[in-house]
Amino acid sequence: MQQVIFIMLSLLTLGAALMVVTSRSLFRSALWLILSFAGIAALYILLEAEFLAVVQVLVYIGAIATLIIFAIMLSRNVMASDEARFNNQWRLVVGFGALLFVALAAIVTQIPWPVNVQAVPPDAIQQLGAGFVGPYVIPFEVASILLVAALIGAIIVARERE
Amino acid sequence: MVPLTWYLVVATGLFCIGLVGALIRRNAVGILMGIELMLNAVNLNLLAFWRYISAAKMDGQAFAIIVITVAAAEAAVGLALILAVYRQRHTINVPELDLMSG
Amino acid sequence: MDYFRDFFVNIARSWTGWIDGFLPGWAVNTLNFLIMAVILVMMPVLATLSFTWMERKTIARIQNRLGPNRLGPFGVFQGFADAVKMLVKEDVVPDGADKPVFNLAPILIAAGAALLWAVIPFGRGMAAADLNIGVLYVVAIGSITTVSVLMAGWSSNNKYALLGAFRAVAQLLSYEVPMILSIAAVTLLVGSMRMGDVVEAQVLPFIVIMPATFLVYLLSGIAETGRTPFDLLEAESEIVAGYFVEYSGLKFGWFYIAEYGNLFAIAAITTTLFLGGWRGPGGSAVPALGPFYFIAKIVAVIFVLMWIRGTWPRFRIDQMLDLAWKVLVPVSLVNLLWIAIAMKLPVPAPVQWALILAGSLGVLLVTLGALGRAAKRHARQQGWVPLESQGNT
Repeated sequence: MQQVIFIMLSLLTLGAALMVVTSRSLFRSALWLILSFAGIAALYILLEAEFLAVVQVLVYIGAIATLIIFAIMLSRNVMASDEARFNNQWRLVVGFGALLFVALAAIVTQIPWPVNVQAVPPDAIQQLGAGFVGPYVIPFEVASILLVAALIGAIIVARERE
Repeated sequence: MVPLTWYLVVATGLFCIGLVGALIRRNAVGILMGIELMLNAVNLNLLAFWRYISAAKMDGQAFAIIVITVAAAEAAVGLALILAVYRQRHTINVPELDLMSG
Repeated sequence: MDYFRDFFVNIARSWTGWIDGFLPGWAVNTLNFLIMAVILVMMPVLATLSFTWMERKTIARIQNRLGPNRLGPFGVFQGFADAVKMLVKEDVVPDGADKPVFNLAPILIAAGAALLWAVIPFGRGMAAADLNIGVLYVVAIGSITTVSVLMAGWSSNNKYALLGAFRAVAQLLSYEVPMILSIAAVTLLVGSMRMGDVVEAQVLPFIVIMPATFLVYLLSGIAETGRTPFDLLEAESEIVAGYFVEYSGLKFGWFYIAEYGNLFAIAAITTTLFLGGWRGPGGSAVPALGPFYFIAKIVAVIFVLMWIRGTWPRFRIDQMLDLAWKVLVPVSLVNLLWIAIAMKLPVPAPVQWALILAGSLGVLLVTLGALGRAAKRHARQQGWVPLESQGNT
């Protein structure tokens, strides 16, 4: 049962991702991107990481994808020229990508991963929260400084100068 | 339960699609979307490893949250740059932004 | 008699026991989930039918009119008549519209309004899915609304719709920040994101402990649902009807249903987070009273929202964004910081609550004082004369 759900979700995610890359209209691309993000959030639920799934929806769909659509709308007349969406190296890159996929897939299926399936602790979210003010406090603080820097930087870069 | 390698193969596929998208799109926003797909593939890998190898500890999830934070910062700054470029040059097609190549 | 004391939970149990007699286990689960899904989908429709009537009556009384009074007693069936009118209207798709996206947007926005209902606890043990991340789920589902507003605005191929979508992004993203910060304050106090735990923790309703957080949440809730005075996404005097200007018939109806479903959901979440949810006098002895208290509190919150709508005019877009970033975000940040400090002080819980209340009131007083001074300064700069000194002639 879980296998069937997994296959359906991953086909949805990968199909949506393909449409992101190949879609003629950039706006449609962004919508397919949202579908792909939603598929990944569902995969996180299958992995029993509900918190990450909700954060995925909140940050990727609610913020990043919305910002991307916003940028597409603001640069609107670019949309008119939709005949050339790829650059002239696309055949080469697609071949390279396919090769890379085959190679990587061969590697990850060959390696004997030290699989050790345990139950997820019931207080996983509390542990995660405690972790961010305990062992991971420095990465957490660095990430918050990065966010503040990005906030200020984005405002300065995008501001209209009179 | 689904084997670990299935997740890894899906993440690999997502990563390669994102990579191809980032390399072949002419539009800067399209390139950014490819990069976001690649970051998602990385996160999927992290969480799969967390679930199948060390589910009792929260390291994998903490790592994934940091990746999401970095992705959000990257998207904000990247889109601000794209808007600034669009205002100056009235295009965000990367091959046409060739002021330096003479 | 004992059966009726916890009537709703017991009837659900009896039902499950009954179908368990002749159905396999997985079928029982599937059937129960299906029933819950149907109820959840019906919720926004029911909310629309009842609250449009209530809204029209309330606004009419505020404006010294009668409101709907033709169909049924006090016009209660007006909503059904409107629904029929909507169903028989012609379905128009504008030229140059992105058709699949145009058709998908109303479905998505109504689905978002229905999904919110999954985590709302109507009584003890009466939520469709009491997730351990319930509070965060509510905020995440809100982002579906943002996306569908963008889809509607873009695909309509209409400049007013596009402007409405731009405004929607600015408004919904801005007000999500104070909303999440005030939800974080509640989570901090409870120590859990489960809706049921939040209600159980409210021996004293949180509105008494942190009024500033409540006000911030209510204001951002109004903005998130796009109601007056924050209805800039659909300001009819500026951009016709915003992102859904091109929609007609049943598709317009879906936007309407989503609007009232969201209103009802925001009121329900406010009730759960700040007004004690299903708790009330005698509620622990007779749990069946819970849903009635819950609905009564929701109706009270919705009445306040309608009162606000009837009283204040619409903001300007820059004023609205100023309010979010320069007032609500700092207020909720200071508040959150103070709650975190107070929770760590080595004193008993009632003293902590008193400290939080004092901090909350202090923040409110300082904010209102600063806002009042700013308003007076602005009035002086503009050369406005106070109303009292203008004389009667």
